[in-house]
Amino acid sequence: MNIIISGLIMGSMLALLGIGFSLIFGVARIVNIAHTAFYMLAAYFIYQLSIKLGLNPILGMLIAVTTVTLLGLLVYKFLIDPIREHEGAVLIATIALAMVFQEGVLLSFTGDYLTVDFLIDGFFTIGGVKVFYQQLLTFGMVLLAMAVLWFLLMKTKLGLAIRSMAEDREIANLMGMNESRLAMITLGISVALAGFTGAVLAPLTVLNPYMWMEPLIMMMAVVVLGGLGSIKGSVVAAFILGFAEAAVVFLIPQGAFLKGSVALTIMILVLLMRPEGLFGIVFEEER
Amino acid sequence: MKKFTFGWSVLLAACLIMIICLPVWGQTIKIGVIGPMNFVQGKGHWNGAVMAAEEINAQGGVNVGKQKMKIELVKADSNEFINVTDAANAMERLMTQDKVDFVVGGFRTEAVLAMQDIAMDYKKIFIGCGASDIELCSRVAKDYNRYKYFFRGTPFHNGYLVRTSFAHLATGGAAIKKELNVPVRVAIVAEKAAWAEPMVAAAQAVIPKMGMELAGIWRPSAVATDVTSELSAIQKSGANLIFTIFSSSVGITFARQAGELKVPALQVGINVEAQKDGFWEATKGMGNYVFTMETYIRGVEVNKLTKPFVETYFKRFKETPTYTADTYIAIKHYLVPSIEATGTLDADKIVAHLENRVFEVPSGTDKFEKDAQGQPTHDLTWGPGYQTSLGGQWQDGKIVGVWPNKWKATPTSPEVTFNGMVPIKLPPWMKK
Repeated sequence: MNIIISGLIMGSMLALLGIGFSLIFGVARIVNIAHTAFYMLAAYFIYQLSIKLGLNPILGMLIAVTTVTLLGLLVYKFLIDPIREHEGAVLIATIALAMVFQEGVLLSFTGDYLTVDFLIDGFFTIGGVKVFYQQLLTFGMVLLAMAVLWFLLMKTKLGLAIRSMAEDREIANLMGMNESRLAMITLGISVALAGFTGAVLAPLTVLNPYMWMEPLIMMMAVVVLGGLGSIKGSVVAAFILGFAEAAVVFLIPQGAFLKGSVALTIMILVLLMRPEGLFGIVFEEER
Repeated sequence: MKKFTFGWSVLLAACLIMIICLPVWGQTIKIGVIGPMNFVQGKGHWNGAVMAAEEINAQGGVNVGKQKMKIELVKADSNEFINVTDAANAMERLMTQDKVDFVVGGFRTEAVLAMQDIAMDYKKIFIGCGASDIELCSRVAKDYNRYKYFFRGTPFHNGYLVRTSFAHLATGGAAIKKELNVPVRVAIVAEKAAWAEPMVAAAQAVIPKMGMELAGIWRPSAVATDVTSELSAIQKSGANLIFTIFSSSVGITFARQAGELKVPALQVGINVEAQKDGFWEATKGMGNYVFTMETYIRGVEVNKLTKPFVETYFKRFKETPTYTADTYIAIKHYLVPSIEATGTLDADKIVAHLENRVFEVPSGTDKFEKDAQGQPTHDLTWGPGYQTSLGGQWQDGKIVGVWPNKWKATPTSPEVTFNGMVPIKLPPWMKK
């Protein structure tokens, strides 16, 4: 039971990050290393707004996600778009951007560890396992975000355009779609997802200027394991790695710190058998 | 010609003024303060040094022979949490560009080892105020001529940290036995870090000898943001005493989540984050009853110097000093008396004087150790009458002193109790 509950919570958080990263890679081939840095920024915005300025935490979350999304759009316009055709340059530029965010946060908030309040205090017990209401709320919000994203991608014109672009950029272009604009919108959605993850996770984590690095590695693992650019793959891979991490903590207490390494080992083993990832084949063939 | 003469006169006068003033500008003792300045540890380094310099300069400065010299501090950000190379570069800059006379500070062992070598290359006295690794002082004994310029300022070495932690563990265990009358089962929870390894090994061996049962060992990552899995497993193991070994953010996560989930166990050990005033806010009040090793607690007096130091520091910086603020001691109690006694800034003469002194400081009494062969190590002596540190427990929003309170280092030793101690409390949810 412990493993199931912990795995579900960990997996859902990884899924949200993985989907955002995968989305922009699938549509525009943009490897946005700064993805988790946006997640960090959102968490710090919430700290500033709700703890320092005393704003309602939910309002703080909304402002944080909006601000981070706008920042993401500006970054696309002025940093990524001019160099978009050079994937290597985008990769390096977004690494640099993440470092700039990190140093900016360090200067503004120092390296002290900070926390924000739970939206709901307390816990309940299920199958002998104590679960915070905040974790349940986070899990619910993640599921809601996934449902909204599914609706957006599968049931709207914008979603159709995004999927078309992901399947074949050239054909979509020939059909009159504005590729650059669509990439910008997708990056906006992707960054909004990162910001949303930061917002819902902020009460459950400890804020520090380096908090973007650890999830970055796990998010990359999720995306690679699921198949680059595959949203379905990201979700499945996130839960596989989430359950793997939870299992390590429970089954090898003295090796709890190895949870990340075990998850990454699983990724390598799967890639040895399926180099394109779990859901990479169809995606690549379609491309 | 008249204009020319006037111009030259002005220039000459300016030169003369500069020449006259130059010795005055040069009459300072330059002390480098090195540490991670964007982090609480570095802030402690700097604040302690600032307070020492202000106090000394307000009294006219330091008597060096017949001269009176003021203290000038040079801040060096080591960035050592992130990059050891940055720390080495910062020390190199202090030596070559700033040309400091002495250095105080340093925090992370890996960085301090590198900084130590650089300071020794330049034969500059370096007082370490943060790293606990015994190797820093073993080097002094092994190669005295090279490393004699290094002194330990704070904390005492990791072997003594272990001994103190076990004394704290015994205090927690005794409280559980007395109040609950149940066997004590200990869960060791140590972050995965090099400094924690010998402590875990020692705790595994010692806990059964202390009459307590070992419930298990958990090793979360030092930066883990969720330890609910570990806490569920600990509760399942039946542990009622948790021996914590944390120096990083996991200390906040663990205390907050354990308090939130009301895990029926007392947390005792080292939790560096719990040593800070901001711990209560960081854990949103869930860190209540956490017991950690401490250096300074408001209201606790180790000797007559403690209260003036702690209260002045609090008034000046609006926070209780953490142990890295012992740069104050390094400057005011280590360097200045030895400079004044020798009447020189010559490092060799100061070393010879300093290593033989026994002197009171706000945290206890400092005496530098010698190894079994009688070779100076420049390490701090631990035990009753010297340095012991404190045990602090968070009780309803503030940290209070709970150890040493009638503590006996050995069965035949005299009891030690510092002024301001209060009884340890168990979390009320342990009693249900």
